[in-house]
Amino acid sequence: MSTDIARARQRAGAAPRRSGGLLRLATCGSVDDGKSTLVGRLLYDTKSVLADQLAAIEEASRRRGQDDPDLALLTDGLRAEREQGITIDVAYRYFATPRRRFILADTPGHVQYTRNMVTGASTADLAVILVDARKGVVEQTMRHAAITALLRVPHVVLAVNKMDAVAYDESVFTAIVDEFTARAGELGLNGAVAIPMSALAGDNVVEPSSAMDWYTGDTLLAHLEHVPLGADPTGKPLRLPVQYVIRQPSGDRRTVERWLAGQLASGLLRVGDPVVVQPAGATSTVVALSVLGRESDIAWAPQSVAVRLADDIDVARGEVLTAGAAPRPQRRLTATVCHLDDRPLRAGQRVLLKHTTRTVPALVESVTYRTDIAVARRLPCQDGLAGNDIGGVRILTAEPLAVDDYADNRRTGSFLLIDPQDGATLSAGMVDAGADHQPDH
Amino acid sequence: MLEAEAAHIFREVAGEFDRATLLFSGGKDSIVMLHVALKAFAPAPLPFSLLHVDTGHNFPEVLAYRDRIVEKHGLRLDVASVQDYIDKGTLRERPDGTRNPLQTLPLLDAIRDGRFGAVFGGGRRDEEKARAKERVFSLRDQFGAWDPRRQRPELWQLYNGHHEPGEHVRVFPLSNWTELDVWQYIEHEGIDLPEIYFAHRRKVFRRDGMWLTPGDWGGPRDDEPLCERLIRYRTVGDMSCTGAVDSSAATVGAVIAEITASRVTERGASRADDRLSEAAMEDRKREGYF
Repeated sequence: MSTDIARARQRAGAAPRRSGGLLRLATCGSVDDGKSTLVGRLLYDTKSVLADQLAAIEEASRRRGQDDPDLALLTDGLRAEREQGITIDVAYRYFATPRRRFILADTPGHVQYTRNMVTGASTADLAVILVDARKGVVEQTMRHAAITALLRVPHVVLAVNKMDAVAYDESVFTAIVDEFTARAGELGLNGAVAIPMSALAGDNVVEPSSAMDWYTGDTLLAHLEHVPLGADPTGKPLRLPVQYVIRQPSGDRRTVERWLAGQLASGLLRVGDPVVVQPAGATSTVVALSVLGRESDIAWAPQSVAVRLADDIDVARGEVLTAGAAPRPQRRLTATVCHLDDRPLRAGQRVLLKHTTRTVPALVESVTYRTDIAVARRLPCQDGLAGNDIGGVRILTAEPLAVDDYADNRRTGSFLLIDPQDGATLSAGMVDAGADHQPDH
Repeated sequence: MLEAEAAHIFREVAGEFDRATLLFSGGKDSIVMLHVALKAFAPAPLPFSLLHVDTGHNFPEVLAYRDRIVEKHGLRLDVASVQDYIDKGTLRERPDGTRNPLQTLPLLDAIRDGRFGAVFGGGRRDEEKARAKERVFSLRDQFGAWDPRRQRPELWQLYNGHHEPGEHVRVFPLSNWTELDVWQYIEHEGIDLPEIYFAHRRKVFRRDGMWLTPGDWGGPRDDEPLCERLIRYRTVGDMSCTGAVDSSAATVGAVIAEITASRVTERGASRADDRLSEAAMEDRKREGYF
């Protein structure tokens, strides 16, 4: 980070950043891979589980006839989950070490895996893909790898769990890593860090293992503490979606000052900077900048700010202040969607599309393919997308949108499709302008 | 970053909903929530009203704080009173004297009468295991009920606030904050809190392993001797179910040091109502509690 930003941060009185910052991670694994135990172990061994929570799970474990506290009970928070011993929905957990703070999206591995994993991965800086050492790479593993690649999660850990059940054998670990590396590479997923562990016994999760001296890498926690945070959003072109217009009557009450409020999706903004208002295309200059009520001469993503422009142009919620390489406003989008609803998504369907702070009517012109995500192959698609399917769509919107490619900007390249009748969230979309949308065969 | 995210959530609601209200109890989470909201719309006034569900057993210091802050910022406050419902005979006092579960009906009536499409709550996901599953925008049906199996997936920072007439959305801007984040923010921003959050000498008595404040709500019984102790509160709710902790922490800095070292969660330390069963919070949320 450049020194003038650091100085501006100090001037603006920003909260001191704790060393290492905040890492958002998502965990994914199949049923019985021991994911709840892994998450429980992370919380337990980082001393994030407090005495009353531990007493509660000890008592519940005893009632179930288990001698040791079942760490999986820490994460299965709902009545039905405890009754069935499964995880139903994404849950968010919080823990911290002296080096870094963590928000963990705990995504269930069964039935509705895709939508839950997409949800968890959408905000993650890092994904942990869990494999059972006894079973090796299975179809579900590749599904997780494919979603991680699709959602462009910056870092991936392959956690080879239950090493205690294979006698901590190095050759088992190596074979799994080799197979995963080869197949994930075909999905465009490279650079995963593999760690052998036993969540049950506590090997290499937080404490180094004494049973695997052949492994010289980091424990999972040490890796989470040291992995660099995702790309600095301040280095990208300016994107400020306008959320709300704050009106301030002037001293004589005859004029009103308009402040455009929003959260910087990317880039830097300084007083004096020229901006283009998309999709309308009007131009102006920033004359005042306020970071949550405190005037400043600079702001950066992801701060929530308000700006005043030199010209009295019409700017409303849903428009985007941009600078630099501006997106070309368009009404036709090509995108990859993960369909979340149980009702299918079909060509010809009328939907609402929510992109940044703008919601517009839209038409699904065509569903171009469906991806078999276990093998990353595109299949022709006539019947539309079913729940949990991932596929390609072409969409026509009622008004032009200032979209970026998802590959360039996760925040301005993503959107939701919403049912105009009942308001349900139907699909999660990623703009993919350059993609070849032909099925493989 | 958490502050920027919370401000983003407030502004999304202001942009998408006609009528919203902010649940304000005078507790630290709702105080922090209000503080971020005021900053998010500065220099203009807050585009929401406040709503307090008064159990009738609230701490007098907290009610005084509430009225002071409403006055100071020129806010509009609606009060839904559990006592009124009991006086009218619509609600009946529970044998155990706790009024927390009785808040649900006055809350739902106030939401209906105010025609609020969005209701902000200060809930945090770190508080309790059922809350860990809560969305930032949480759709509630006509009965205010939460159905964990039918939640909308929430991706990126794209919040879907669509709801049918009669339904509403509970919005939790502090979802990703922890107890420590809240206190560090209070310290950084110099936010004023009700005095009962800091160590003071108070007459209390022991029940179910917690120090409770005597009052008309039903304590102490003859076998529960009163004693004076140096205590403070970690959470602020109904007097009948909010326990004090032994503490000499008289400043925000001392409180932060104390909770950093604490081996007990704030709800475990001070909330009797969560102990009713293993799924007490989940069950209340299903009934429309926030």
